[in-house]
Amino acid sequence: MGRRAFVQWERSCTMRGRSDARDGVPIPLCAEAAVANSSQAMEPSEEVLKDLHLRMVRIRHFEEEAGKLMEQGKSPGALHLYIGEEAVASGVMVHLSDQDQITSTHRGHGHLVAKGGEFKKMYAELYGRETGYNKGRGGSMHISNVDAGMLGANGIVAAGPPIAVGAAFSNKYLARVEGRDRMNVAVPFFGDGATNEGAFHEAANMAAIWKLPVVFVCENNGYGEFTPQAEHQAISDVADRAAGYGMPGVICDGMDAVAVWEAAGEAIERARTGGGPTLVECKTYRFVDHVGLRGIGLHYRTDEELEEWRARDPIPQHEQRMIEMGVMTAEEIQAVHDAVMADITESIEFAENSPLPDPADLLNDVYTPTAAS
Amino acid sequence: MTAAEAPAGRQLVYTLAITEGVRQALQEDPLAFMAGEDVAGAGSVFGIYRGLLDEFGPDRVIDTPISESGIIGLAVGAGATGLKPIVDIMFMDFIGECMDEIVNQLAKMRYMFGGKATLPVTVLTMSGAGMNLAAQHSQSLEAWLCHTPGLKVVMPATAYDVKGAIITAAREPNPVFVVMCKGLMALPGEVPEEPYTLPIGKANVLREGDSLTIVAHGRMIHEATKAADILEGEGVSAEVIDPLWLQPLDTETIINSVSKTHNALVVHEAVRFGGVGAEIAAQIAELAFDYLDAPVGRVAAPFSPVPFSPVLEQTYVPNAERIAAEARQILGTG
Ligand SMILES: Cc1ncc(C[n+]2csc(CCOP(=O)(O)OP(=O)(O)O)c2C)c(N)n1
Ligand SMILES: [Mg+2]
Repeated sequence: MGRRAFVQWERSCTMRGRSDARDGVPIPLCAEAAVANSSQAMEPSEEVLKDLHLRMVRIRHFEEEAGKLMEQGKSPGALHLYIGEEAVASGVMVHLSDQDQITSTHRGHGHLVAKGGEFKKMYAELYGRETGYNKGRGGSMHISNVDAGMLGANGIVAAGPPIAVGAAFSNKYLARVEGRDRMNVAVPFFGDGATNEGAFHEAANMAAIWKLPVVFVCENNGYGEFTPQAEHQAISDVADRAAGYGMPGVICDGMDAVAVWEAAGEAIERARTGGGPTLVECKTYRFVDHVGLRGIGLHYRTDEELEEWRARDPIPQHEQRMIEMGVMTAEEIQAVHDAVMADITESIEFAENSPLPDPADLLNDVYTPTAAS
Repeated sequence: MTAAEAPAGRQLVYTLAITEGVRQALQEDPLAFMAGEDVAGAGSVFGIYRGLLDEFGPDRVIDTPISESGIIGLAVGAGATGLKPIVDIMFMDFIGECMDEIVNQLAKMRYMFGGKATLPVTVLTMSGAGMNLAAQHSQSLEAWLCHTPGLKVVMPATAYDVKGAIITAAREPNPVFVVMCKGLMALPGEVPEEPYTLPIGKANVLREGDSLTIVAHGRMIHEATKAADILEGEGVSAEVIDPLWLQPLDTETIINSVSKTHNALVVHEAVRFGGVGAEIAAQIAELAFDYLDAPVGRVAAPFSPVPFSPVLEQTYVPNAERIAAEARQILGTG
């Protein structure tokens, strides 16, 4: 189990318990995704299992191809890949609609894919093309889709949680103004390292005192860049931080999409119905380096640790479960991979053939055009 | 001693000159320590501190949590109580995280306390665009620092100057920001092996000329020098000055030059509006107005965040052609 013991993981989902059946059914996000009526029970339906799978497979293949494009010099700049952590974004996003917001991190592609991101617009953004989600202005570290509630990847560690608190404030305010008793929810994703920034703590406190509909999702992959968690914080469970703000802290297995789905589902439902914020810590691991597939060649993780975590790869694990449960056959699973790959091939072609931004438009969208000179 | 006067000899790339500067600063003062994100085990994401952990051990080369405000606070508190902190803020863009510690604490403590606190703090940080790292990893924010009374700001753009700047900063009893240029990391240059310092507040005259003064800092000194080459081919002799220290600024060298050439062009990579160049242009207008044959020109980035797309970023960052074109405008030859 590597250097990070999972003793406390046993007490995962300490908040476990059945929530009342509610009538709101989350809207499916990927056009291809099945309707995920998730919040009614803690046992995932077949549709939910398939939906989780599809989202994870889309992230994995998207990222593997993106990593190759970076290494071939086709995708400029730096890509922080989500490979290995797919279960987290997928398990959370199944519960969210386009009206719910997320804030993301430097490692943001997976969050956007899971929130229904279109490959064409995503690859086009990584290529710096006018047809990308951000018209090529943002690239990997700022990729966003505000229309679907994806308030951006972020180059600043821990910048997301305060923004998510603002979105949640808005959600609560608008629900009151519009007379709704179910609120939209804001979910900031952030790493273990990010919880050492003041911004995280200020956000957690504000969300707690105002009982805002926020679910703080920590992707604890055991490292901030090249520094192991044990050297950057004196706790091994980020969920412990929740107590300091008077909110529940929950730990779940971030390599198991169903475990994430379950923990996040409960927290999201509580947030939606006025129960206030939760900190959900997902124990996960990134299979590739901090930046790119191969990184800069530093040896800060042992091969053994890497292998142990790879053996818990969330995708084959989930596929195995679905086969055993008779939800999908191996052939059907293969067909999902093939369809996703076909979409990727077409989307990369689209990106490569898309127009570059016109330098004459450089100053468009600056808030203060008159100061330009 | 300027780069031009350095004895011919050993070549080091900019990154290794940084390492050597920090190493020698740590060697010469047992109270000096280095702290920052991934500076120890990883030797920095830029590789600029490799080997220092092995040489000085984990008590003196310290990986911090991702806590920029904490890092500058650490330097303020440790500096005020007898140590010589050398701290690293990985990308200059991240100073946003610690502006209070910089502006309200680090810069002002001695003044507010009636001269009682000494803060021998060195802050190292990497600035600049050109690597497709987009709006939050590419900025040149030196003007923010220069606008704060109490901070010294040096922006070395050669291997020689970066090592000298680090040692100068480490020996200086007051806070110094060494703003490094990530676009120059692979740039080689002559660097003497022994420790040496730079005179604080003294500009480098990189090239002498008599019909135009180009004042450029940071990475733009190389573009300005290229522009001077282009102009030379057109019969124009340009003087190129690198202020090197933006705080305190070597007004005298700049004014003397403009008094001789009668024309001035100020260049930097930061956005033009409110940039350090605006201050330099204002000083020239105040102090050398009678010598000027034309209004002072400025070449700098347009007023937008740094764009990601390579085509836009190339348009954004000033270059030799744009500098030469602006020079022709000033001289009425273009
Ligand atoms: C304010 C700020 N400080 C430092 C960095 C440099 N940086 C980028 S990612 C990263 C590590 C983040 O670790 P964690 O939050 O655990 O996320 P992970 O990369 O593990 O997903 C650091 C230090 C940054 N982008 N922003
Ligand atoms: Mg991490």
